[in-house]
Amino acid sequence: MKAFIRHTGVGVPLRRSDVDTDQIIPAVYLKRVARTGFEDGLFAAWRAHDDFVLNHQAYRNGSVLVAGPDFGTGSSREHAVWALLDYGFRVVISPRFGEIFRGNAGKQGLLAAQCARDDVELLWKLLEHEPGTEVTVDLTEQTVQAKDLRFGFAIDGYTRWRLLEGLDDIALSLRHAEEIDAFETQRPPWLPATTAIPASAD
Amino acid sequence: MGRTLAEKVWDAHVVHRGGGDPDAVTAGTAPDLLYIDLHLVHEVTSPQAFDGLRLAKRQVRRPDLTIATEDHNVPTADIELPIADEVSRTQVETLRRNCSEFGVRLHPMGDIEQGIVHVVGPQLGLTQPGMTVVCGDSHTSTHGAFGALAFGIGTSEVEHVLATQTLPLRPFKTMAVVVHSRDGSLPPGVTSKDIILAVIARIGTGGGAGYVLEYRGNVIEQLSMEARMTICNMSIEAGARAGMIAPDATTFDYLAGRPHAPAGPQWDAAVQYWQSLHTDSDAVFDAEVDIDADALTPFVTWGTNPGQGLPLSERVPDPDQIIDEGQRLAVRKALSYMDLQPGTPLRDIAVDAVFLGSCTNGRIEDLRAAASVLAGRRVRDGVRMLVVPGSMRVRAQAEAEGLHEVFTAAGAQWRSAGCSMCLGMNPDQLAAGERCASTSNRNFEGRQGKGGRTHLVSPLVAAATAIRGTLSSPSDLEP
Ligand code: SF4
Repeated sequence: MKAFIRHTGVGVPLRRSDVDTDQIIPAVYLKRVARTGFEDGLFAAWRAHDDFVLNHQAYRNGSVLVAGPDFGTGSSREHAVWALLDYGFRVVISPRFGEIFRGNAGKQGLLAAQCARDDVELLWKLLEHEPGTEVTVDLTEQTVQAKDLRFGFAIDGYTRWRLLEGLDDIALSLRHAEEIDAFETQRPPWLPATTAIPASAD
Repeated sequence: MGRTLAEKVWDAHVVHRGGGDPDAVTAGTAPDLLYIDLHLVHEVTSPQAFDGLRLAKRQVRRPDLTIATEDHNVPTADIELPIADEVSRTQVETLRRNCSEFGVRLHPMGDIEQGIVHVVGPQLGLTQPGMTVVCGDSHTSTHGAFGALAFGIGTSEVEHVLATQTLPLRPFKTMAVVVHSRDGSLPPGVTSKDIILAVIARIGTGGGAGYVLEYRGNVIEQLSMEARMTICNMSIEAGARAGMIAPDATTFDYLAGRPHAPAGPQWDAAVQYWQSLHTDSDAVFDAEVDIDADALTPFVTWGTNPGQGLPLSERVPDPDQIIDEGQRLAVRKALSYMDLQPGTPLRDIAVDAVFLGSCTNGRIEDLRAAASVLAGRRVRDGVRMLVVPGSMRVRAQAEAEGLHEVFTAAGAQWRSAGCSMCLGMNPDQLAAGERCASTSNRNFEGRQGKGGRTHLVSPLVAAATAIRGTLSSPSDLEP
């Protein structure tokens, strides 16, 4: 996973709240088995309309998405994060995130920056007024800066550390391999095993 | 201080406490590492996880705590033929290859235990009280009905559990959802689906964010296991990570004799432990919601998220009467997508399709409830009704009871098991502009097929709607 320290890129004002993961990437794109190439599914239904924000030349190469509250609610599909990353986004700013989405984002190197609603509103206005404006997101300082506008964002300390270091999740947990072994010796004996296929009960 | 049910299950699975992590930067903020007792796998969220294992040259740590089934992509008709859609076929074939390579038990299409992952686990007795259960699917909350801590995870977490059988997690807050009535019963025609739709309408689709919901109260205590599963299933639609219900005699009776339930002395030891799995009387929830079930009536959704629901007797809301601007716009947007006029009685909304099935309402009791309404009646001309059992075993059971004859005699289609019309991923889809009364759990735009319009309903309302052709409850039918 790529470390995230600081990023500067074009901000994209997505004036919508409750952007669920079905809107971020419709179910039909989930059928693939590879890990890359999901950019064509990003906001697929909305991108079919010419007036959708990503279809405007100035925003097309955006990498900082600025959305309304409750971004990434709904289905747990991680493809939503992949689609955003594959398209080129490194940051999503929103007053509130769907919980699973936020977890998925942190693990893949996509920064989910939680900001005050008023700050999002100001940033929207700026980005709409001057399309193509670049936004700088600094994870060390936890700040968002665009032109004269500057405000802070919230992120939990652990995810922040992980992003800064670019740490792989599994390797982190495997540092506790001995504790996992020890735990396994103490599990109650009645717990089910899927491989022991018992005779059918009926 | 006492502990809640969720906290007890959590504590029993901590492999490593995060708070004491020696990493200076993370001290006090690292998550706990939790052991996972059961990992359910399906074809959609697993291919990239297995791919990741392969890339890192890792193995599945505990194939014996892992089980896979095919559900999201599978056709529910002509299942002996190869899957026509190429991408669907690839996903299913990839799962088969991965399971055989990594030694994971798989129930493929055609197998008697094949079905929707959240129907299969409980039915086999693999879901038990006090366990931690995960799956790359948000409706894993279903398994919480047994007093298990069960939640959906993303694909990289699937890979994590495959590799380590653990998950780094931060404790959730707890919310009590107390559902009560005078004597614990529900008014006629009201089901557990109506309870959960009412809960979501009350607290909103973000109201449960950060919480594990524990459903309690005399109404919950009197519900069957399957009705409890319907409620826990939709916890995620209130934004919650999980939903739970304390195990009791109903739970133990359901489990006894199931293929993977403990037997003999192990059963006694297990039950003794399970009986300790309830919220202590002096435990404190972080939040509490109270639902008076005596006041409930059949509930349906009119909008494009599960929180946009109302009693069937109401009318489509009028955005102009909503003061909050954000809300007003959201309602307007939903009504335009749903093609509904403000003020229309919900009962007048005509549907093109009715879907009975999904991990919310695709179990035997759901089929029985719908069949009891359809018996001796006909699905209205111009309405197509799909009846899709949640698993092949449910299908076999329904056929043993003759329910399939009731459905086919009424003019409904009797299908094989799968997610079917719950999501637009397999051949069972709505056409653009089509309207459907659906017993599933999500009414998002395009969820049942591009441009399709979904009204979430209970199995009883689904059946009555199929007969009348407009959203209806059984009490609207002529005797
Ligand atoms: S039935 Fe629907 S909600 Fe349930 S697992 Fe399948 S797609 Fe997901």
